[in-house]
Amino acid sequence: RPPLAARPSTVAGAHTPEAPTPYELVTGYNNFYEFGTDKEDPARLAHRMRLRPWTVQVDGLVARPLTLDLDDLLKLAPMEERVYRLRCVEGWSMVIPWIGYSLSALIEHARPLGSAKFVEFHTLADRETMPGLRSSVLLWPYVEGLRMDEARHPLTLLAFGLYGELLPPQNGAPLRVVVPWKYGFKSAKSIVRIRFVERQPATAWSVAAPHEYGFYANVNPDVPHPRWSQATERRLGQGGLFAPRVKTQPFNGYAEQVAGLYAGMDLRRFY
Amino acid sequence: MDRWLRAAKPWALLLLAAPAAWLWALALADRLGANPAEALIRGLGLWALRLLWLTLLVTPLRQLTGWQALAGWRRGLGLWAFGYALLHLLAYAWLDQGGDLAAIARDVAQRPFILVGAVAVLLLVPLAATSFDAAIRRLGARRWRALHRLVYAVALLALLHWFWMRSGKRLWGEVAVYAALLALLLGWRLRAAVSRARARAPAATGRPPSRARG
Repeated sequence: RPPLAARPSTVAGAHTPEAPTPYELVTGYNNFYEFGTDKEDPARLAHRMRLRPWTVQVDGLVARPLTLDLDDLLKLAPMEERVYRLRCVEGWSMVIPWIGYSLSALIEHARPLGSAKFVEFHTLADRETMPGLRSSVLLWPYVEGLRMDEARHPLTLLAFGLYGELLPPQNGAPLRVVVPWKYGFKSAKSIVRIRFVERQPATAWSVAAPHEYGFYANVNPDVPHPRWSQATERRLGQGGLFAPRVKTQPFNGYAEQVAGLYAGMDLRRFY
Repeated sequence: MDRWLRAAKPWALLLLAAPAAWLWALALADRLGANPAEALIRGLGLWALRLLWLTLLVTPLRQLTGWQALAGWRRGLGLWAFGYALLHLLAYAWLDQGGDLAAIARDVAQRPFILVGAVAVLLLVPLAATSFDAAIRRLGARRWRALHRLVYAVALLALLHWFWMRSGKRLWGEVAVYAALLALLLGWRLRAAVSRARARAPAATGRPPSRARG
């Protein structure tokens, strides 16, 4: 894959000291239901996705609606490398060296109106190249969303690459968001539209199973999921079969940077 | 056919150790993918389910084909189903919970689908424990049969356990196939029970001889 140059990020919390998960696991074990529900499906099928030309529509409550080409987006801000923990709601986790820049750079560029309270991400839904769309597991296109202050937080990354190269298709090429303190499903892949709205977006998993997946989906060991214990997690690629599970940290270990966003909120209610 | 079935039985039953051995070998060789513990636990659970369904297939198949020697397969298949269910539970307790009983108790309280699965395995224990001839003699055939009808409840609980687990990601396709198969297996018995009841009915509740006519 083509390399993507980047400098180390200076954003607080952007470099976890933990060892990155091997490339083969990062690119071989993915949830990307547009290509199928097995973890191996995306690595097998996502190469069908047409990545060029790629445009992102930026609209809704903004001073200037835009349609940005991928080349514009790649040049919008300097590329940074950030090593984030990724915690899946299914109880496993990875450590991934991403490349991109803070989503806030794009938000400033689009100049949202004061009435914009949330950001919605719409991801690609192409029936020709995405066999998973035939399944009714979720509503397509996959929609995710963040509150404006979450979207503007410097740790919220608009990612274009990982491990020093452009994103492999199965990891959400050509661009995705990465929100390291939330469960992985909040980090929308292969984004085609970014919309600023006043009301809380109806996000894919919170519509599919509202009792299990909330809008916020902050990593929280104290709020159990009926299927997966959230108290602990399995760090993939470390020790294989007998690797003990490790304790899950509130906000996936990013509490110092992000807990303030939720001051006064009952996180058991807003899970 | 019956002779062939009797001769094949010990080998076929021996062969059923293969899935567990194969899963274990793959796991140790780190060939079970990115999350080997989960793959091993789920693989054992799926085989427990398959073997339980096969056990329930024995009687309908015997009645359909008339191959009486199939009856001799039922006990072995049932014991394997129990064996895989137990390995599934032990793999969960050890590889997922680190063998920590307090952690398991917390986990069961938080995740009801695990409780359902654990109850299904526990209900299989008395069946496995009475699966030898002396137990049948001691209990009497009638009570033994009544006890072993628990297997229907176990199958339903196992299916619920799996359905509930898969509900997290709404992946119900495979569960639906197993549910349809179980409906056939239990439906066959229900139909047989109804027709047995009907066959008895005229004798038991038939009109008393009419005096007026006599």
